[in-house]
Amino acid sequence: MLDYETLKVIWWLFVGVLLLGFAIMDGHDMGVGTLLPFVGKTDDERRVVLNTVGAHWEGNQVWFILGGGAIFAAWPLVYATAFSGFYWAMLAVLWALFFRPVGFDYRSKIANPTWRNSWDWGLFIGGAVPPLIFGVAFGNLLQGVPFHFDDELRSYYTGTFWQLLNPFALLAGVVSTAMITAHGANYLMIRTEGDVYRRSRTAAIIFGVLALAAFAAAGVWVMNGISGYVITSGNIPGDLPNPLDKTVMVQAGAWMHNYSVYGWAKLIPLTAFVGGALAIVFALINKPTMAFIGSSLSMLGIIGTAGISMFPFVMPSSTDPRSSLTVWDSVSSHMTLELMFFATLIFLPLIIVYTSWAYKVMSGKVTLDFIKNNDHSAY
Amino acid sequence: MISTELVDASRLQFAIVALYHFLFVPLTLGMTFMLVIMESTYVITNKPIYKDMVKFWGKLFGINFALGVTTGITMEFQFGTNWAYYSHYVGDIFGAPLAIEGLMAFFLESTFIGLFFFGWDKLSKNKHLMVTILMAVGSNLSALWILVANGWMNNPVGSEFSFITMRMEMVDFWDVVFNPQAQAKFVHTISAGYVTASTFVLGISSWYLLKGRDVEFAKRSFRIAAAFGFASAMSVIVLGDESGYTVGEAQQTKMAAIEAMWETEPAPASFNLIAGINEQEQKNDWSIEIPYVMGIIGTRSLTKQIPGIHEIKEHNREHIINGAKAVTALAALRKDTKNEALKAEFDKYKADLGYGLLLKKYTEDVSQATPEMIQKAVDDTVPHVAPMFWSFRLMVAIGTGLLALFATALYMSVTNKCGNQKWLLRWALLFIPAPWIAAELGWFVAEYGRQPWTIFGVLPTHLSASTLTPGTVYGSIAGFVFFYTGLLIVEMYLMVKFARQGPSSLHTGRYHGEAHAAGGAIPKHAPADKA
Repeated sequence: MLDYETLKVIWWLFVGVLLLGFAIMDGHDMGVGTLLPFVGKTDDERRVVLNTVGAHWEGNQVWFILGGGAIFAAWPLVYATAFSGFYWAMLAVLWALFFRPVGFDYRSKIANPTWRNSWDWGLFIGGAVPPLIFGVAFGNLLQGVPFHFDDELRSYYTGTFWQLLNPFALLAGVVSTAMITAHGANYLMIRTEGDVYRRSRTAAIIFGVLALAAFAAAGVWVMNGISGYVITSGNIPGDLPNPLDKTVMVQAGAWMHNYSVYGWAKLIPLTAFVGGALAIVFALINKPTMAFIGSSLSMLGIIGTAGISMFPFVMPSSTDPRSSLTVWDSVSSHMTLELMFFATLIFLPLIIVYTSWAYKVMSGKVTLDFIKNNDHSAY
Repeated sequence: MISTELVDASRLQFAIVALYHFLFVPLTLGMTFMLVIMESTYVITNKPIYKDMVKFWGKLFGINFALGVTTGITMEFQFGTNWAYYSHYVGDIFGAPLAIEGLMAFFLESTFIGLFFFGWDKLSKNKHLMVTILMAVGSNLSALWILVANGWMNNPVGSEFSFITMRMEMVDFWDVVFNPQAQAKFVHTISAGYVTASTFVLGISSWYLLKGRDVEFAKRSFRIAAAFGFASAMSVIVLGDESGYTVGEAQQTKMAAIEAMWETEPAPASFNLIAGINEQEQKNDWSIEIPYVMGIIGTRSLTKQIPGIHEIKEHNREHIINGAKAVTALAALRKDTKNEALKAEFDKYKADLGYGLLLKKYTEDVSQATPEMIQKAVDDTVPHVAPMFWSFRLMVAIGTGLLALFATALYMSVTNKCGNQKWLLRWALLFIPAPWIAAELGWFVAEYGRQPWTIFGVLPTHLSASTLTPGTVYGSIAGFVFFYTGLLIVEMYLMVKFARQGPSSLHTGRYHGEAHAAGGAIPKHAPADKA
């Protein structure tokens, strides 16, 4: 029904939507986890913080799991190459994520302060490490990753783990961690009051400013110091996916190319700044819901900027540019893309409906009184 | 060439994380449904004791679920990190059910589990029950899609190899979904999960009854577990994996190994109850056989033959020889994709491509494979018999023991004698680990029995791994063992702690030991709560 080329673009958009869903939904839980040891000084305050996301973090985490599953199904070559290439980074994300289910569920089951304090730092790791590593990963994608394919399309990663931690990638890590933390702080303002609210507000402003400053710095760096990639022949959008069937060149300024061809694309980085600025202003004037919408918009802008700058590249190769993975040649078959397209079309709206219902049911401030009255059933 | 050491390390890692994950999955599958039963009873009868049951067993369920999720994320990562070539080669088909699982099932389960735990005061009784039901449906649908993916690994239907993209591609999604292998695995696995949860509740309830505390609570839990467990144990055995037996070559190889059937016998074959397996000489030194039974189980007839291991191997030898031609033709075709003659040559042998790839374990250029290499590849096509044979028998023995337990428990429960049959209560308590052992053995039989393939007949295991160094994989194994051991200790500690506290952990003031906390005297017959 839909032609292959269109489906490939749709799936690029879908992966973007999933990443954004992950950033907005699981992101606010991760931000809350990152802030937990700092905005909660007493045990009861920390329990307030935990219970703001208590009923939802589990469902939100599925955005992440679904993101992985969707990339596996729609972009199997990206999934295979990125996960095996970024081996230790992916394991670090995984192991950091280990602390979340057990941290949330086990922490308050025993009243020992050492036990609880340890899990609080576990939840901090589970909140701060994944966004940091994802940011670092994006920083590396923009610079190209050292990998190539052999004739049978087996991928070989030839870099090291430490190479991933270069200055630009670390800056991208700061962008990502700061935006997630600010977003979590905005969420905490919606659901808390008193001291926790005040500390969250301070965090929302500090990390909001930091995220925008780092994003601006990264933008200047990309414009002036990082070469992009250009397809010079082959790689016809409607063709069967074969990454080796093209030639690619490294070219200064290539990541700016899409903005000059498609004028409207400039709106995306603009959204990042406008959304981020609104979030800070609304936090200042104590309108947390609006601030949360602002930080969501800002993330749309930041993730969208990375995507549009690189389009149609998804994972460029620095050592063998023709092995670079693009929207056109890293995808699944026509049938799988179409099937998954309809599955998404049916289920994603349903997910949004019941998730909204769940939030509506659990809405309202989590108070210290609530924690004291539900000592044995709350987190 | 991928080194054998790397492949073995990757397999070891996969086995560790998968077996570990499978410690938590069966209980989740079954507990969600038991919670639905208990809560439905609460909504119908309006007796608070049933609400306490949902909350208390729900607490233990939550402790288990946390590790189920933790270890489940590993499973998703694992394919990409350690089995990258596999992910590329079959992601087009294998990835789809995983993604649909997320969309349709895992989201449902995970969203409503939050409301299950925290929505008691925010939702009406009926709405809360609906939440519990959706959580149970979600967890069971998850199992369906995962087993659709796994069933396809054993019986790769609805797909075809493309020489341009160098991978398997989907041609019929419904074939993949309604794969008889997948459906058989699904019913077998979820009923095994129901048995696991029933045994768990039955065993812990029995302990309370042995101690003579919280008797009303324990008896009611015992009764529900006995009834649900009996029905589930019946279905595990009746549905079993049997419906999958006659489908596909993977099952024939597996069945021959499970039954240690070296030679093709005249139909109907007899069943080796036990045997002295001699892998060296590829025969059984002795065996105790039951006539006819194997033929009936395996083919549901008295006339159809079941191929023995030797016949399967000879058959595979032809596949391998043809497959070598397919591999050679493919390499030529990749260099000149428009050449019709090369394409015709490849198409002729394409069906055996996977068998040709088996030779890559021994030589890079399979067209030069020696007869010795071919013999080795032929020998590889059947897994070691003894571990399959004994694991399967142990699994069946445990399953039978569980059925006997539940039949007895149900009888005693219906006749209202379950409270004072100490031998039955001890039996139930001792049998708590049994379904886990059976489930792990079942996993072993299914997955080890698929070797040397990741996708049966399509992609050999030794080609599926990522290009990592063995040291990297050993390093990550060490990390997993470290984390998983720590997590398991914590989980067991909490499980035991709350199981010992029993319903008093809800602090409703209605249960064992709580009178003391409220300032009253401890009833004489009740021992002090140690937890």
